[in-house]
Amino acid sequence: MSIDIEPGADTAAETTAKPKLALYWASSCGGCEIAVLDIKEKILDVDAAFDIVFWPVAVDFKVKDVEAMADGEIDLCLFNGAVRNSDNAYMAELLRRKAKVLVAFGSCACEGCIPALSNTTSRAATLDWVYQESPSTDNPDDTRPQERTVTAFGVLELPEFWETVRALDQIVDVDYFVPGCPPQAHQIWAVLETVIDILQNDKPLPPKGTVLGAGDRTCCDECPLVREEKKITGFKRVYEIIPEPGRCLLDQGILCMGPATRSGCGGLCVSVGVPCRGCYGPAPNSKDQGTKMIAALASVVDSQDPEEIDRILDGIVDPIGTFYRFSMAKATLGRVAGGPSGDGRGTVEVGS
Amino acid sequence: MLTATDHETAIETPHVETWQPRIIAFLCNWCSYTGADLAGISRIQWDPSVSIVRVMCSGRMDPTFVVKAYRLGADGVIISGCHPGDCHYQEGNYKALRRVHLLKRLLIGFGIDPERLRLVWVSASEGDQWAETANDMAREIRDLGPLRLPT
Ligand code: FES
Repeated sequence: MSIDIEPGADTAAETTAKPKLALYWASSCGGCEIAVLDIKEKILDVDAAFDIVFWPVAVDFKVKDVEAMADGEIDLCLFNGAVRNSDNAYMAELLRRKAKVLVAFGSCACEGCIPALSNTTSRAATLDWVYQESPSTDNPDDTRPQERTVTAFGVLELPEFWETVRALDQIVDVDYFVPGCPPQAHQIWAVLETVIDILQNDKPLPPKGTVLGAGDRTCCDECPLVREEKKITGFKRVYEIIPEPGRCLLDQGILCMGPATRSGCGGLCVSVGVPCRGCYGPAPNSKDQGTKMIAALASVVDSQDPEEIDRILDGIVDPIGTFYRFSMAKATLGRVAGGPSGDGRGTVEVGS
Repeated sequence: MLTATDHETAIETPHVETWQPRIIAFLCNWCSYTGADLAGISRIQWDPSVSIVRVMCSGRMDPTFVVKAYRLGADGVIISGCHPGDCHYQEGNYKALRRVHLLKRLLIGFGIDPERLRLVWVSASEGDQWAETANDMAREIRDLGPLRLPT
């Protein structure tokens, strides 16, 4: 084992005194990174409490720096983003090894989120769309990304693009979950504060698998709108109606995921009249957000007649995309059939 | 977190030649279960691939139970309740009706034949109807073959 001592670097005493923090993004949009910065000047408290050893979006450490660390050297790793290619998986496995505590941070890491919606289609269809079919694509030679390309300057490699998008805990062991798309700043701060308190005051860690930075009820419980448990005779999409202020959106026929979604956001969308989209993931004690939503919706449909029920249900345009918008990687039924079976990691040839 | 343990407990689908369907039937306590009981007492035979789970009411059937049954290896699911208007809890079977209609749409979205889910009404006196339902479903599922859920 070699010890790296660079001239002018912080003294070993100072760097080892502070717990080490790593943040990483895999298949994500970057919103979780912004959300961390949304804690504003408190980021200075984070910097005071932790030694940030890896954070690609903000600091200039490289993967090789992480690879050079001892196993378990990082005290806390906040991992956002889903796992949809071999590089994401490599980083998940690497950071799992190097971190004592690995946190699935944000909806992508917790349950797949928007990237996992591609589990409703196949890898081949996704690549066809992106590199050939989309109206804005001009690719007459049908150039496709190759996992290995030999050039005059050496071999270039790209990660393998998977058939199926995975949540972090489907790839590696995860200690805690912080849901949300993105997690709300006040919740992030609450989580970091708890961690700092645990580390500085030698407090016990919460039980493994705990969902942190969220409530233990449903979004409806935080919603300021008044619910009268009305039955509805038709669903309306958001552009078809201006909701009556103060009244439950579901009561007005707007598909609101509140009943099947974990609390924690503070009712952000619903308080401004926008239906909950479900970003805090399945409600406590439920594993499948979609089937919970079906259970809830069936209660508000006002009909006992099969044909009429179907007419009302026709108003739900995209059941999977609506009910599993944020949790497709965790759907009990898996992915939409059509991809190769097995581990779902794709055996389709890329390119021609 | 969630699916890992489910996968572990899922039963391996046997080889095609030896494959027998696995059908889980959720029967409400007050009508359908009694109906199936009557079929038993009357010594009416029905397909052994149908296994019964008793629930208090068809309205107790959370759609999660259905998808979990598929995930754990069921090839088909029957939900049976009292006839419309006869539910012991007044409206449970109507709730089941709406849930099943919505759930079938979800199954179609996932690429699963909606015939793998069947909602029927069987009263306490309809032992023969129960046996017919079970046999009919077993025939249907044998035609469809095993449900191989992608992981
Ligand atoms: S008790 Fe039989 S369906 Fe409700």
